[in-house]
Amino acid sequence: MYGFARRWAPWFGGCAAVAMFVALYGGLVLAPPDYQQKDAFRIVYVHAPVATFSMVIYTTMALAAAVGLIWRMKVAHAVAAASAPIGAWLTIATLGTGMLWGKPMWGAYWVWDPRLTSELVLLFLDFGYMGLRAAIEDPQKADKASAVLAIVGVVNIPIIRFSVDWWNSLHQPATTKLLGDPDMDGSMVWPLLLMLVAFALYYAAVMLVRLRAELLRRERNASWVREVLS
Amino acid sequence: MTARQKRLFMVAGIVAGVGAAAALALTALRDNVMLFYAPSEIAANMPASNERFRLGGMVEKGSLKKTTGTLDVRFYVTDYKKTVEVQYSGILPDLFREGQGVVAHGRMQGNVFVADQILAKHDEKYMPPEVARALKDNPPPPNMGQNTDEGT
Repeated sequence: MYGFARRWAPWFGGCAAVAMFVALYGGLVLAPPDYQQKDAFRIVYVHAPVATFSMVIYTTMALAAAVGLIWRMKVAHAVAAASAPIGAWLTIATLGTGMLWGKPMWGAYWVWDPRLTSELVLLFLDFGYMGLRAAIEDPQKADKASAVLAIVGVVNIPIIRFSVDWWNSLHQPATTKLLGDPDMDGSMVWPLLLMLVAFALYYAAVMLVRLRAELLRRERNASWVREVLS
Repeated sequence: MTARQKRLFMVAGIVAGVGAAAALALTALRDNVMLFYAPSEIAANMPASNERFRLGGMVEKGSLKKTTGTLDVRFYVTDYKKTVEVQYSGILPDLFREGQGVVAHGRMQGNVFVADQILAKHDEKYMPPEVARALKDNPPPPNMGQNTDEGT
């Protein structure tokens, strides 16, 4: 796993940078302005991908934590631990870009809307996970306790995703759908989809770099670490 | 049962238990989670005049009246079943226009909703101005590949 991370992280990172640059150029320069929101709609090219990945990363953490608990796999716990800070910063980016969008379009930075509130809860879950892990010295106990927290918190993910469909909300429903056409013109939607790919690559790259560090830290007394570093 | 199966069931149990608890809590708190009430929900259950709440719906076309020289506006909010008159004094958000979604915060005074904050709601559809104009002049038939509100 260590070797895999070392070999592949630069590739993922390089592709992520290229894809992000092309998608940003497409979204900020090539795409036409929106008929209602004019140029302000362009925040969607950052807001929607980081929001999607704030949820994808948390789900990955919960799955990795479950695998770690059930199969006693140490690498899975390390994946969850390596992902948490990335998820936290993407959640902050989601809330930040959302506020910048909310002020000119809705007329308010923040509303206690179900979507906004559940995304804020996600940030607290990310912080809680990181805090709990840092508070327990014994790595195995830290793995177990934080894994339970990650699994309990995963209930919030469908709440974020479907909040706009279940309740009256100021936030608009999803534009792109897993099945069916997106509610966005073709000339505007390709940078958005490319940006999603870019963030997937970005997550893979940063997670692998962090995973390497996490594995070295955990196994600092193991013989393979001495071989790798000598 | 092996120890691994036991752990598998424990994890599944945690997810199911927390999921059920969250579902029950959110169902019970449904009225509190709602950001706003639609006009027909207000008509069915009239709030007291001192109760602050949010009203949401569409700004009825042709209902916006401005008083010249002031920031006072009056308009109707509709959910296509019931309609509520809204009174507001202040600057409206840029996206506020007739036929668009709106969320107003305030209280009922008689039959009029007096708002102290107006938020504009926008939908999830994005298109260039030319496409919007073309659609407006020449609406496509519902099943010609273009998404419509009823279609998807």
